[in-house]
Amino acid sequence: MRSLSRLSGPAVLGTAALLLLTGCLGSSGSGTGDQDANRNADAKKVELTIGSNAVKGGKSSAGATFIEDVLIPKFVAEQKGKGVDVTVKFQGDGSDDEVYKQKLSLDLQNKSGPDLFQIDGIWVGEFAQAGYIKPLTDTVGDAAKVDDWDGWKQIPETVQQLGSFEGKRYGVPGGTDGRVLFFNKKLFQQAGLPADWQPKSWDDIIAAGQALKKLPGVTPIQINAGTAMGEATTMQGVLPLLVGTGATVNTDGKWLGDTPQLRQVLDFYHQIYSTGLGDPVLQREAKGRDKSFAEFAANKIGILAESDYFWRSVVEPKEGVAKMADRDTAVGWALIPASKPGTGVKGQDYVSMSGGGATVINPNTKFPQQAWELLQFMNSAEMVKASLDGAAKITQRTDVNNEVLATDPMLNFVATKVLPITQFRPGLAEYPKISAALQQATADVVGGRSTDAAAKAYEKAVETAAGGKDKVTSN
Amino acid sequence: MASASAGVPRQPARDVAGLGVGRALGFVAPAMLLIGAFLVFPALWTIYIGITNYRLTGIEAISPSIVGLRNYTDALNDTLFHNALWLTMLFVLGSAIIGQNFLGFTLAWVMRRARPVVRRTVEGLVLLAWILPSTVVAYLWVAFFDRDGGTLNSMLGTPGTAWLIDYPMACLVIFNTWRGTAFSMMLYSSALQAVPPSQLESARMVGASGWQTLRDVVFPHIRGHVLTNTLLISLWTANDFSPFLLTKGGPNHESETVPVYIYNVALQGGELGYSSAISFLLLIANLLVSLIYLRLLRRRS
Amino acid sequence: MTYVVRRIGFYVLICAITFFFAVPMLWIASAPFDKNPGLGVHWPDWTLDNVRKTLDHPYALHSLVNSLLICVATAVAVTAFAALASYALSRVRIPGRDALLYGLLLLSSVVTGTAAMVPIFVMMFQLGLIDSRFGVALVMTGGLLPAAIFILKDFVDAVPKSYEESARVFGASTGQILRDVVLPVARPGLATIMVWAFVNAWGNFLVPFLLIRSIDKQPAAVLQQTFTDEGGSANLSVIPVFALLFSIPVVVLYLLVNSRYGFRFHGGIKS
Repeated sequence: MRSLSRLSGPAVLGTAALLLLTGCLGSSGSGTGDQDANRNADAKKVELTIGSNAVKGGKSSAGATFIEDVLIPKFVAEQKGKGVDVTVKFQGDGSDDEVYKQKLSLDLQNKSGPDLFQIDGIWVGEFAQAGYIKPLTDTVGDAAKVDDWDGWKQIPETVQQLGSFEGKRYGVPGGTDGRVLFFNKKLFQQAGLPADWQPKSWDDIIAAGQALKKLPGVTPIQINAGTAMGEATTMQGVLPLLVGTGATVNTDGKWLGDTPQLRQVLDFYHQIYSTGLGDPVLQREAKGRDKSFAEFAANKIGILAESDYFWRSVVEPKEGVAKMADRDTAVGWALIPASKPGTGVKGQDYVSMSGGGATVINPNTKFPQQAWELLQFMNSAEMVKASLDGAAKITQRTDVNNEVLATDPMLNFVATKVLPITQFRPGLAEYPKISAALQQATADVVGGRSTDAAAKAYEKAVETAAGGKDKVTSN
Repeated sequence: MASASAGVPRQPARDVAGLGVGRALGFVAPAMLLIGAFLVFPALWTIYIGITNYRLTGIEAISPSIVGLRNYTDALNDTLFHNALWLTMLFVLGSAIIGQNFLGFTLAWVMRRARPVVRRTVEGLVLLAWILPSTVVAYLWVAFFDRDGGTLNSMLGTPGTAWLIDYPMACLVIFNTWRGTAFSMMLYSSALQAVPPSQLESARMVGASGWQTLRDVVFPHIRGHVLTNTLLISLWTANDFSPFLLTKGGPNHESETVPVYIYNVALQGGELGYSSAISFLLLIANLLVSLIYLRLLRRRS
Repeated sequence: MTYVVRRIGFYVLICAITFFFAVPMLWIASAPFDKNPGLGVHWPDWTLDNVRKTLDHPYALHSLVNSLLICVATAVAVTAFAALASYALSRVRIPGRDALLYGLLLLSSVVTGTAAMVPIFVMMFQLGLIDSRFGVALVMTGGLLPAAIFILKDFVDAVPKSYEESARVFGASTGQILRDVVLPVARPGLATIMVWAFVNAWGNFLVPFLLIRSIDKQPAAVLQQTFTDEGGSANLSVIPVFALLFSIPVVVLYLLVNSRYGFRFHGGIKS
């Protein structure tokens, strides 16, 4: 009895605290309410903040420099001409994407955060579901005002998906990219392979790999695998292969399960990594991707699947992380083939995957109209071009691409040949877990497990992640 | 504990500084306020989140629902969590209970008789390993174990051996022994000062071997220190996040200790409810371990 | 003969231990000054380019100042509050003391992790302490206090009570006893705890990252995570130099404290 009464004090306190907490957790998201979209529309003194996972002198330094040194001063000057005194601040982070996402989510959940912010295209769906962001027409309040922006005409339909969810525009996409097979022409020549190599099927890739295998000290093929590479495994490896079998990771709201197509992909991994065509240890290393870059630059890897980022920033002769002085002559590129001609998604012969970011407006901004103006300004041809700062990069705007990519054959190739056939990832909250399960499956196969065991384990993981058997396709 | 509910605490038996209960409580209050606000309150909240399906993004972020103990039953059936628990046990046993304890005691014992300059150098080095920021230390060890050009490979003449991939847990145990030995060393060297020199002298007189001296003379004096030290370093090691900086839990979850697993679940998966539940389970595990230590400590007296 | 053998064994052991502790540190001595800094350790191709690059970085030096502000505040707060609390807990029997201490110690080791970030963030948000270095110091102080009290209480327990008793006999007031008797004896302990708190706060990444908004208020531990390029590859021309700069303050602080007070952890639990 005595001990009971002793406990009751803390117990009562604890219960009270719990009740308090229950209130805290639930309340924040609900009741965003209908705010007047035209609030402060006529304000003469405006303050806006742009958030991005970029920082000068660090991650995405160029992006941060552009926003701080070009975009903001120009926008401020433009608004001054209209008699509006605007102050724009830049809030840069520059950390791992996951922690940036957590920070941003916490801010948004508490109805705070920057007025405009850049996020990965695959976060759009989960942010929208959480109520962190709203369709542009809701935030701006006037559908015509949003739809009439002339910038949309310059952004290809496929690329617009980056800022959309369930058919609604949530933001304006930033630049995009495309995945291809890069190959080392010097090694190809030594192995007796053509300099204008273009495989038509997975078997062609294997055949080239076998020819390269004869060269001493060369790893023929690098297709990212395993959990250590994280999303790079999914984006550069599993998904391009998967769309090459005609399947996508999410079809009609159902996640890919243990299907013949999945097994086909895993078999291909098995073929590469069990027969010495790929380096299985590299896939397990924490810095494996960086290392694969260095090896490619040192003429030790024959074929490597990557996005155009590899061309722009990795083997780039001056500033790249793994510079190749002879990049322009030594590096070749080819479209990723479907497993067999015509078996790709939508019956395509060649496939690719793309990613990219989008800039969205915080629904809780004090100045929705001015934020929308800044967003348009940011994505005007003039600013998009300025953001490149002389570098060649695939932007969201066709008019800008036509102008700036003309001198870069590789990027032009991606903009004209790859973007029309490319696919995007589904921006759903479950996606990261499905992606992790796919990475795990490749890790299993590369680590020596059978395709059968890996595929079965994968399906189990997907069922848990998707929340039930009925949300998974399988046969 | 026995008088926890007594409204007015009894007048303390010994209050040598004449502090008085009022002033004593005043002394304790600022610390307790801060701890209450920034530790206990978030902790209770975390426990509450642990019974919801709360997520960082997606539908469950806006309207989390209470799922009761489902997170806990899920965790008990989660092979990755079992794996993490097992690896944490290995990590604590290998690097804290054996590694740091043993090396720390050896250092303290050996350094008693070393020349001051030797002693200062060695202790300084050991302490340096302890005070360097963990991000810096992580780079040091990644460089040490690196597959190409790593220091270990050039020393052993084993180029191309990917230590962090092939033997991730062994690497982490060695790393953490290196990292944390300083604390044990310092604690033991002050503990050894409490051993009466006369007893050591008489042990030598009767011709006791080094081992016998340690067992029969030294150990009884420092038993309490051993237990306290082991408790502290075990707790710190079990909750240590630095394995993430070396291996990110990989390859293929082979070095994913519980704190790393929690991080991966919370940030990569965004499952805050589930990760909170696992945190609470980790707390329970810590509690059990401490209870065992406390019992051992009591048995001494 | 056996004496010689033992002497040799002693030095071999010392050399082995020194070697074990020294070798991993070679990287930070060589990589900052190497023309092609990599992850491996090799005799550097000497250059100061990396140093120049790091010093030119827009936020590098400033972040170290922020780290200092945050960590000095944290270390001072932890030491002061832990000293008061541990003295009271050591000298006056406060009911439930040991259970309380152990409970808090356990909580502190778990709660400072990832899972508690949501509560801490929301709480700081409600308190209006987002984007405040002071707020970061507060959270860190709360997290470090239990272990600090736990360790400091041992120090104080080891101070013989007879000192205070005799001071009292001679009519010293409580304040005088604390200032003139207890403080001098406990000073090495306080200094040690201060270094310990400083070092722990110095390396903390998650708390400042989540709570601070402006990059020019971020401490070095956060900034260090940003030294990557678009694809997430580490920028090895800046990282080694920055790691070196980042390490210097803790080493200096340690040397300072060590030369003045000696750096050690006394005693164990005397319960």
